[in-house]
Amino acid sequence: MKFTIDGQEIEAKPGQTIMEAADAAGIYIPRLCAHSDLKPIGSCRVCTVIVDGRPQAACVKPVAEGMVVENETPELLEHRRNIIDMMFVEGNHFCMFCERSGNCELQAMAYRFGITAPQYPFQFPPKEVDASHPDVMLDHNRCIMCARCVRASQELDGKNVFQSIGRGFDRKIGVNGEKVLADTDMSVDDRSADVCPVGCIIKKRTAFKTPIGQRLYDHQPIGSDIEEGGHE
Amino acid sequence: MSKPKIATTSLAGCFGCHMSLLDIDERILQLIELIDFDKSPIDDIKKIEGRCAVGLIEGGCCNEENVHVLQEFREHCDVLVSLGDCATMGGIPAMRNNIPLAECFDEAYLTGITVYNPSGQVPNDPDIPLILDKVYPAHEVVKIDYFLPGCPPSADAIWAAVTALLSGKPIELPYELLKYD
Ligand code: SF4
Ligand code: FES
Repeated sequence: MKFTIDGQEIEAKPGQTIMEAADAAGIYIPRLCAHSDLKPIGSCRVCTVIVDGRPQAACVKPVAEGMVVENETPELLEHRRNIIDMMFVEGNHFCMFCERSGNCELQAMAYRFGITAPQYPFQFPPKEVDASHPDVMLDHNRCIMCARCVRASQELDGKNVFQSIGRGFDRKIGVNGEKVLADTDMSVDDRSADVCPVGCIIKKRTAFKTPIGQRLYDHQPIGSDIEEGGHE
Repeated sequence: MSKPKIATTSLAGCFGCHMSLLDIDERILQLIELIDFDKSPIDDIKKIEGRCAVGLIEGGCCNEENVHVLQEFREHCDVLVSLGDCATMGGIPAMRNNIPLAECFDEAYLTGITVYNPSGQVPNDPDIPLILDKVYPAHEVVKIDYFLPGCPPSADAIWAAVTALLSGKPIELPYELLKYD
């Protein structure tokens, strides 16, 4: 079946989401909660595109014949930038000492958008660090509530280590309700320890292994692999 | 024609951004052909006096003296740049921002494990600039025109930014020079 993204005709298979079809065609739609091994939940809204005049999350919206999709419009770029800005001011993102810096998808997204400073007032919310587990650390200061860990634990590990608890600004990732990570059956080999886009879930004793200059996003913007067509 | 002036200052920062400025190495000779320094740790002029083309601000505001200096810079500089993460988002000093100020003082002067303070006094002299409730990024205090994040921003990023501004162009950093770490 055929549809268009920014006027370019794209071939898609039935059942594919807009994001999957775009990836296969070498068109990058920015994303944060989507992960190729996890079911999409359409929560961060960074992947918002305009489908036949209406905003839709590209990670969950299935392709239909003849769809007209807008991706790289000035309005959408601004919308995405606003979301990234909000994530930076609503958490405590101290990139200068973060173990994930250089490999962080939130930071990389800000680089891709050329963001030099967020345009909203910083909130500096009080957040906790859970270092109870012998091998895995949970630094809530950096969480962007993408729920990748929640999904990875359930879908890939067959466990239920992480849950999303609370509402609105106070929403956070919980482990078995109000317990700490050491009380769970979390293992450092779980896939849920690998999927966090930011530096919230960190494997202990692995930090800063990759020298500056060799990290994922030191030289190439996030999404470059897809734009080079190396992804199916 | 006299050369345009640049002023620089370190507020609630660690001087790392100024060290990075010195890391432009021999390009500092080129810089000195292009500009004169007004107030700056580089020439040790203490007070900003003349009209400056560019002001580089290292660090956010953690006390009232920082606010005062920053406001003076805004008055005297055509273009004001937040240089580094501390000016841009508060940086390491802003780690105290979600801890009540009284707790910070207790830890620093009374209960911290490395504290030796037999008199139990917490500094409170009127000559010491009053500390603020939290550390404010520069742009939450005055209007900032450009941001050069990084801890510190690389010498190449600083060079690219300053030379662009001196030739009247907007700062457009290539991908590899925009870094937050
Ligand atoms: S801990 Fe990481 S993976 Fe889990 S919701 Fe937060 S940012 Fe997402
Ligand atoms: S990637 Fe689609 S909503 Fe987050």
